[in-house]
Amino acid sequence: MMDNEHLGTHISKQFNADLENLREEVLAMGGIVEEQITLALDAFTNNDSDMADKVIANEKTVNAKEMKIDEACTKVLAKRQPAAGDLRLIVTILKTITDLERMGDEAEKVARMAKAIANKEAAPAHVKLHYGALLHLGNHVKKMLHDALDAFARMDVDSAVNVAKLDNQADEEYNAISRQLITYMMEEPRRISEVLDFMWSARALERIGDHANNICEYVVYLVQGEDVRHKSWDEMQRLAKDE
Amino acid sequence: MIQDQTQELNVNQESKTETQQAGKSNQSQGYNPVADETIAIEVEKLNLFYGDKQALFDIDLEIPEKKVTAFIGPSGCGKSTLLRCFNRMNDLVDIARTEGQIRLDNENIYGKGVDVAELRRKVGMVFQKPNPFPKSIYENVAYGLRLQGINKRRVLDEVVEWALKGAALWDEVKDRLHENALGMSGGQQQRLCIARAIAVQPEVLLLDEPASALDPISTLKIEELINELKNDYTIVIVTHNMQQAARVSDYTAFMYMGDMVEFDNTDKIFTNPEKKKTEDYITGRYG
Repeated sequence: MMDNEHLGTHISKQFNADLENLREEVLAMGGIVEEQITLALDAFTNNDSDMADKVIANEKTVNAKEMKIDEACTKVLAKRQPAAGDLRLIVTILKTITDLERMGDEAEKVARMAKAIANKEAAPAHVKLHYGALLHLGNHVKKMLHDALDAFARMDVDSAVNVAKLDNQADEEYNAISRQLITYMMEEPRRISEVLDFMWSARALERIGDHANNICEYVVYLVQGEDVRHKSWDEMQRLAKDE
Repeated sequence: MIQDQTQELNVNQESKTETQQAGKSNQSQGYNPVADETIAIEVEKLNLFYGDKQALFDIDLEIPEKKVTAFIGPSGCGKSTLLRCFNRMNDLVDIARTEGQIRLDNENIYGKGVDVAELRRKVGMVFQKPNPFPKSIYENVAYGLRLQGINKRRVLDEVVEWALKGAALWDEVKDRLHENALGMSGGQQQRLCIARAIAVQPEVLLLDEPASALDPISTLKIEELINELKNDYTIVIVTHNMQQAARVSDYTAFMYMGDMVEFDNTDKIFTNPEKKKTEDYITGRYG
């Protein structure tokens, strides 16, 4: 069982500091990704191509963070040969930042679609009809990411399991959006290209939910040492509670 | 630093009963990490006293055959004491007294009428500091056989070559077998001691910090050797180097203040130990 109180109790204070810094860096990186998602959604709903450009530019910051944390983890592995909970923390961080970086990519995709739609003379009215649904899905997965990072910060298995449950809802919302859009495309085949842009955005948001779900699985591994990937939610819940 | 350690010890004295209880609850769950293994040595309710001071508390342990079992734990936790019980080296300490059983080949080695010399042939030992005799390399390896009254040149030649090959030393020394062993490097001397131990064809090899006085390359050679030796021998190793325990052993026992706190697969111990005490120790934390 790994918990926060336990983390800073190494005989080596430098080791404590290294691990604490790493954790803070991950949370900072997560914060940037959250911000990216928010901006991308804003760019979408406001047809704001400047804001979309900002998101596209910021993606480099996310990538740089990932590389920086990667390097710091490699150093800890080389110098400290961490074991048990410390080892699981490093493994968790290495995996988490990969997912965060991919979420960053997805946010960038949403921004690019937003830009493409914004640059059209007038955003097609039929697409606007679905903004509400997209925004709802976006906010849902943003909250998932926020709560997943929170579970990571507090090493809280229960929250992690709860966040993982929200992923089903994200999948359902995505399915609903794609059903609507498919119906629309059948009715208006000339609009397919624009509608597809919109569809890819919804798909990107749904992927963000999946990545948040992955982070929750890593949190269970970090705290309990149980690998709950590729398990049903019920199974995950059972393993996470296993003392 | 020294002060920290003293404090740590005090704190741990108080929480000792807690550890013992934790140990029992684990057993009551019926989990046995070596359930699928053939058992070479069975330790049952072993208590050891140095005079009035108890050094080992109710140790129950099964050591699997032809596997490497590592004992880890802080200085004074009893791991070397336990290791020395397996070939009754503690008999040499006047004030040491043992209760309980250790069974090797289904025979209690502390039973009446046990031939201790024969026991020590079956259970060989290698110590922290290489301790070759001030004789030739050849005579060092042949020594145990000569003690058994084997003096035939042809037999000795054969066994010396076999044992030196087994200890991964033959190629380095085959041209100078009759030079004094003390002229070898520390790493070579230690491998010579292993060759001397295996020359009498023991069943079990006890290694007490076999690489702690060696440089990293010699250490790796010893570790590589341990990996090969486990095909033929049951190996029990005491080490302070936790990465070494993680690398060479199949099973790891963590001891603390005379208690067996946790015994499990090495992989489990080093990725997700059951007990907080184990985790604290292997991750370098205050107790």
